[in-house]
Parts: sequence; C-alpha cells; structure tokens
Amino acid sequence: MHNLTIAELIKGLQSKEFSSVELTQHFLDRIATMNPGYNALITVTADQALRDAAEADRRLAAGNAPALCGVPMLHKDIFCTSGVRTSCGSKMLDNFIPPYNATVVENFEQAGAVVLGKTNMDEFAMGSSNETSFYGPVQNPWDTDCVPGGSSGGSAAAVAARLAPGATATDTGGSIRQPAALCGITGLKPTYGRVSRWGMIAFASSLDQGGPMARTAEDCAIMLSCMASFDEKDSTSIDQEVPDYSATLSKDVQGLRVGVPAEYFSEGLNPGTEKAVRAALAELEAQGAEIIDISLPNTGLSVPAYYVIAPAEASANLSRFDGVKYGYRCEDPKDLQDLYTRTRAEGFGEEVQRRILIGTYCLSAGYYDAYYGKAQQVRKLIQQDFERAFATVDVIMGPTCPTPAFKFGSKGDDPVAMYLEDIYTIATNLAGLPGMSVPCGMVDNKPVGLQIIGNYFDEARILNIAHQYQQATDWHNQAPEGVTS
Amino acid sequence: MNIERQEIEKLATLARIAIEEGTITGVGERLGSVLELVDQLQAADTSGLDGKSYSIQAIQRLREDEVTEINQREALQALAPDTEEGLFLVPKVIE
Repeated sequence: MHNLTIAELIKGLQSKEFSSVELTQHFLDRIATMNPGYNALITVTADQALRDAAEADRRLAAGNAPALCGVPMLHKDIFCTSGVRTSCGSKMLDNFIPPYNATVVENFEQAGAVVLGKTNMDEFAMGSSNETSFYGPVQNPWDTDCVPGGSSGGSAAAVAARLAPGATATDTGGSIRQPAALCGITGLKPTYGRVSRWGMIAFASSLDQGGPMARTAEDCAIMLSCMASFDEKDSTSIDQEVPDYSATLSKDVQGLRVGVPAEYFSEGLNPGTEKAVRAALAELEAQGAEIIDISLPNTGLSVPAYYVIAPAEASANLSRFDGVKYGYRCEDPKDLQDLYTRTRAEGFGEEVQRRILIGTYCLSAGYYDAYYGKAQQVRKLIQQDFERAFATVDVIMGPTCPTPAFKFGSKGDDPVAMYLEDIYTIATNLAGLPGMSVPCGMVDNKPVGLQIIGNYFDEARILNIAHQYQQATDWHNQAPEGVTS
Repeated sequence: MNIERQEIEKLATLARIAIEEGTITGVGERLGSVLELVDQLQAADTSGLDGKSYSIQAIQRLREDEVTEINQREALQALAPDTEEGLFLVPKVIE
C-alpha cells in the first residue's frame, strides 16, 4: 500500500479495497520500524490517527466522504496542531502544545485526511540541510550519510521513504523545492498569499508560504486543492477562487514557451545536474514546447537581498519568544533582563541566534537604509527581471539546486556556504512567484530536481507541465533502496 | 569583514540574547562573513526604485469591529511558565 500514490489511495479507499484503519496502521508500522533511522518525524500521533481513520471508514461506508477521506498525511512541525506538540524544530517550543489548529491543518481535517504525525525540520525553518534541528538531523533515504535538504527535510525524507504518501511543508527561500530535489520527490511552493499562513509559525512573513510535498505532480495537485484557501485570519491571504488543480493536468504542452535563464546554469552547477536538467528540457521540447534562452540578470543579488530581508523579519517575529507567555524559560532568572537573554540564548540554536543578530544589525539605527532599504529595492529589481521574462515566456525552468545531496557537515563552519545552496530558489520567494521541483535524473545514485517557475497564480499550469513530464518519464517512480518492499 | 566586540555586545543587548564571553570572537567572524555577502547589494544600481511596492497588487482588507474570538485566557495561560490569578509572572522588576 505504501507504493500507491494519493490518487490511487483515494480510489482504493472509495472502492473498499482496503480500509483507512488498515492503511493508517500500515504506515504507522513503517514509521515505527524505519523512522528511528531516518529521524524524519518528531512526533507520531498514532492513537489519534487510528481514531480518525475509524471515523473516516464510517464516512466512506456512508458514502458521504470528502476528498481526502481516510488518506494518511504528515504535517511539518511548523503548523500548529491543537493538542499536539508543535516544536518548529526548536528547544524553545519543545513544550508548546497549541490550543488551536493552523488553517492548513483545519483544511486537511475538513477534507478527511488522517494525520500520522509531525515532521522534523531545521529550527524555525532556518537551514538547508536539516542539521539545525533541536531533534537532530534527518537522514536522506537515498544515502544516509547525506542531508535530505531543508528546511522541510523531514517531510521530504518521509515521503521519499514512503512513511506517508504526502506531507505539508513551507518554503521561505527554497525549503520545499530544495529538499524535494535532494530526496527525489515532487514539491510545490505556491504564489505568496495562496495558502494561509494562519497558525504557521512565522520566520519571514513576506516570504513564507506553505505548500505540498508528494511523489507526483498529480498528488501535489490534489493536496494543493485542499490546502489553498482564502483566509480572513491571514491579512496577506488573497481572495481569489481556488481552481481544481486536478482538472487541468491532462492538457498537452504543445506551444508552451519555456524560458531558460543563463544565470541558472552558472559556475558551481554540478555537470551531472546540468545534464539531467537539459535532458528534461529536451523531453518537453519533444512534446512540443519551445525552449527560449532568457536572462534574469539580478539573480546573483537574490541571496544577498534575502539575507537582509529574511533575518530582519525573523528578528522581529522571534522577539515574541521571551520566556514569559509560552515556550522555554531559563532556570532561576535573577531579573527580567536575565530571564530574556538567557531564555533566548539557551532556547535558540546557533543558526537562529545568528539570523536574529544579523536582522538586528540590519535594522539598527544608522544601518537601516544601507541594508534593509537597499535590499527592498534590490527585491524590486528581481521582481522586474521576472516581469520582463514573463512578457515573452509562459514558464521558467532550470535546476532546483546546484548539486545533489551533500554529506553531513560538509558545508563547514562558514554559514555562507550553506546559504548559497538556495541560489536558484530564493529569487522566486523574493518575487512571490510559485515554483516547483520535479525529479528529473540521478547523479551518483542521488536525485536531481528540475525547477519550474510560474507566473503569479499559475499553479495549475506548472502542475500540468510537471504532470505531462511525469507521464513521459520515470524519475518520480524511482525509490531509494529498501523502501518499496 | 570585521565586527568590533563592542558592536556585538550592543547587538546582543538589542536582540536580548546572552552571548558567552568565550564565543564572541567566533560569533563576530561568522556575522562578518554574512555581512560580506550582503554587502554585494551596495554595488547594485537601484536609483529611482521604490522598495515599498510589490508585484502582487494586494489590498489591505478592513473588517467590521466585531468580536470574533472567544476569551481563552485559561487555555492560553496554561502554556505559560508561571502565572498567578490570571497574570503572567516574571522576576521582580521594581525594587
């Protein structure tokens, strides 16, 4: 059952081939056996999952089952779940049990999904390797000496290891697409404002966006149709109808104009990765797409702009963790300042502290215009690059990341080496555009991701293209050794 | 890029993060490395650009001034490290 896609599981459940309780127990058994190695889950909600599965079976029997009724899912541990610990990968929230559900969690509950547990992640979603998690790193199922990517590394590894057919994730600078690429699965970051951020613990509010991870584009379409919604509780949620993303998957790509930016094939790109991405472009060309060389000249400025804007927003967002209202508090504080400073020094890990300090620096008196003001202007330059490109092409494609999965600890002590991992993904967050990663090849038995970037609210189109590509190729069906049996 | 010890101490105070004496040099080096990266921004020609406008033309919505949430004080305070009679407790502030 664990090799079936979400689309196949829905059919199996509705035709009573298996029950949701059987399916849920099957995935829980796999998690119990395999997760101690991968460390992809922080919390397993077995009892609740089995109760929800039994309820789903009753609804399926009664014939009034909603879209995802009885399908097991995982939530990234950044989404608040009522009554279930939501840690955000941090010691700061190790004891935090939210009294409410995130809108995304609520949407899946309404759709009848069964939640198996919460996935591991880089602390407060700050990282590209899952090495900053308070709960320890996640192993990449393709090579357990390698990272799964991050920050949604737990969700990506869990889907790749078939511990669940799908998982929610979030993407602030590449945190859905990069781990999807490194773990050989399919992941989509929607347009900013498409998926509600209510109850999604904030990192950088103008960049954060939730999205689905699954093995196929078809499954991502099913998940996004449920996940996306207009939400009055999120002031940046956009009041636009959510299309049925599954309905348009079968259109062909004849005449599609695919822009290929020269800057995404620059120095530092692994030759094997480039070869796989070029082969994917050739496949789409064979299906009738037109490949057009384009330029996104300010791509090189996206990482520097991001490392001003994201830490600046993070330093403000994370000021709420002060040891007073919820979360970690240091032992025996001698006064209020000691309470604040020691709680935050002990509760936050090194990378989170670093980003708070950078953000504080960039926002402090005398530096604001030179850093934050300048970065916001550069953000505009990057948006204009995309606007110009989308005047002549329908979508933009390139690699998701420069290399396949790298070894634990291999980025060394310099944080900038890790930051450059997101060189091809960050610009879409700065512009607010949707982007997707689709498996398109292997290098040294490790997966490579093809990135598809769409115009605003063009999720249906990029899902359609990804699905057409997956109809003609087999990369998304490849599995790490030992996970299919 | 080098960051002075005094500057790091000021940042630590502003950010309310205690930095141990023995780690200040290392923290400074790594912050310097990141600031070197972001200094690449200075070379960009951004004249005439308004950094406050966005591509997505979102409108800030307004809503009626009506109570929509129920009072959950007890549930919310149950999460706090220390409370008494509906108040959050912190170390003594006034001598």
